[in-house]
Amino acid sequence: MPNNPHVAAVVLTLKLAGLTTLILLLIGTPVAWWLARTRSWVKSAVGALVALPLVLPPSVLGFYLLVTLGPDGPIGHLTQSLGLGTLPFTFGGLVVGSVLYSMPFVVQPIQNAFEAIGERPLEVAATLRASPLDTFFSVVLPLARPGYLTATVMGFAHTIGEFGVVLMIGGNIPDKTRVVSVQIYDHVEALEFAQAHWLAAGMVAFSLAVLIALYALNPTGRRT
Amino acid sequence: MNATAQVAAQVRARFSVTYAPFALNCDLQLPGRGVSALFGPSGSGKTTALRVIAGLEHASHAYIEVNGTVWQDDERGIFVPPHRRAIGYVFQEASLFAHLDVRGNLEYGMRRIPQDGRRVSLAQAVALLDIGHLQQRKPATLSGGERQRVAIARALATSPGILLMDEPLAALDIKRKAEIMPYLERLRDELDIPMLYVSHAPDEITRLADHLVLLEAGSVVASGAVAQLLTRLDLDIAHGDAASALISGVIVAQDDEFQLSCAQFNGGALWLPQQSATVGKSVRIRIQARDVSLSLAPQRDTSILNILPVTIIGLSEDAAGQVMVALDAGGTPLLSRITRKSAVAMQLRPGAAIHAQIKGVAILR
Repeated sequence: MPNNPHVAAVVLTLKLAGLTTLILLLIGTPVAWWLARTRSWVKSAVGALVALPLVLPPSVLGFYLLVTLGPDGPIGHLTQSLGLGTLPFTFGGLVVGSVLYSMPFVVQPIQNAFEAIGERPLEVAATLRASPLDTFFSVVLPLARPGYLTATVMGFAHTIGEFGVVLMIGGNIPDKTRVVSVQIYDHVEALEFAQAHWLAAGMVAFSLAVLIALYALNPTGRRT
Repeated sequence: MNATAQVAAQVRARFSVTYAPFALNCDLQLPGRGVSALFGPSGSGKTTALRVIAGLEHASHAYIEVNGTVWQDDERGIFVPPHRRAIGYVFQEASLFAHLDVRGNLEYGMRRIPQDGRRVSLAQAVALLDIGHLQQRKPATLSGGERQRVAIARALATSPGILLMDEPLAALDIKRKAEIMPYLERLRDELDIPMLYVSHAPDEITRLADHLVLLEAGSVVASGAVAQLLTRLDLDIAHGDAASALISGVIVAQDDEFQLSCAQFNGGALWLPQQSATVGKSVRIRIQARDVSLSLAPQRDTSILNILPVTIIGLSEDAAGQVMVALDAGGTPLLSRITRKSAVAMQLRPGAAIHAQIKGVAILR
């Protein structure tokens, strides 16, 4: 049983999903807050942009990322001039792609949670001398906890399950960009069904466990 | 309400708010102590006025000053955000924080007040609202009345310079209202915190308010001492079935044999159903206009105990066939509603000295 490449792929996948989720929680919070509170006309445009990965084929997203991040793309130029090289076919590139691709799965539950809180608790907090920032940490975050739980689990699980974007932008480099889903694809292409089973069954078990945990912890929360 | 408190007006609020088609224009000058009530039908702008004073609504061209502190002055570009205003705000729905227990809710505001600014202790707020036994409970497990008491205590625990109450009883049923009212009276009587109380229920006004502001369709119709406004014939509030006068008196004697108490006020004395109150205690008495009849000469052969010499101030048409008569009993205003037929037969006119027979009195405290 060639276990080593499997372990490497699993570790890489977990690292990617963990980092992506962390970044998304940090970026997603202000984005979700803004989307939940603004009356600006650009709200629907930004909301649509965030939700785009829900409907776009991953290969499309991956293709454009490849082009823009590549050596001749605008962002590729920028990263090269900063001495960072180009992002495609690196772990960094995978993180960028995953962040974009999993964005709606994190932003939307948080946004829903913020919207469900409404205006009143914020006003109450203000009349009890809490500044807006204080209110955010002492009232909004605790009340939005179910939303954050859903967002974390969905963002993490969705990043683990992604394939198209990863293949387009990350390629298939062992230890650097070869995540579990790509590894399974490799095995199937090589007709190594036994190895594919190991990983595929693991994915099924993992996904099921995550969802059961989510539903049990958060029985009334929204899912996506 | 005494005259000095009115002169030393300590709440100034001048502002306009426009949410087409609704426009609210106010210029309020309210006493810096006691309970001032904002009264009017729904949509008259009461709640908006309160929100402007709290800073929750950003009015234009506003000047808000409370107890010598300017909270908003658009001419000088001053707008103090709500969390820096020394207010206690009680919303119509208790709006407790669902993620905190009662204790956590009570401490939320208090912890944000510097130590030397804490004039109302948590223990005092808890005792005043009688919620000591609820402290470990989550808001969801409380009754509507209990929730509102916690919300009031939570606002008090911030040691506010003014307590703003937005129809705190409106979301409760009659039983719960009756449960909370005594606590509100206690706040008024035991704390030296001015209250601004929004309501559309006349009985809350007569029980609580010292000063009354009548709002209608976004503007102030009248503002003054509650006993005066309730009996002003040019105002709607002095007409109809619920029209009544308020008398402030002091218990001066107890008659244990007949189970009566005697209350002295400016215009004389009234016999009341016996009060547990001791001699010397002040009482607020409501006399409904429909419980007062008039006679030209004092009646002797009558079962009515309370007969007061009064002077007619004015007469005004009321409901069909009815006349509302404004009376003065030694400086205390009264109302009497009689038939127009009687008014004509008795040739009642302003200035005439007659007698008022009071069939019923309600003691409000």
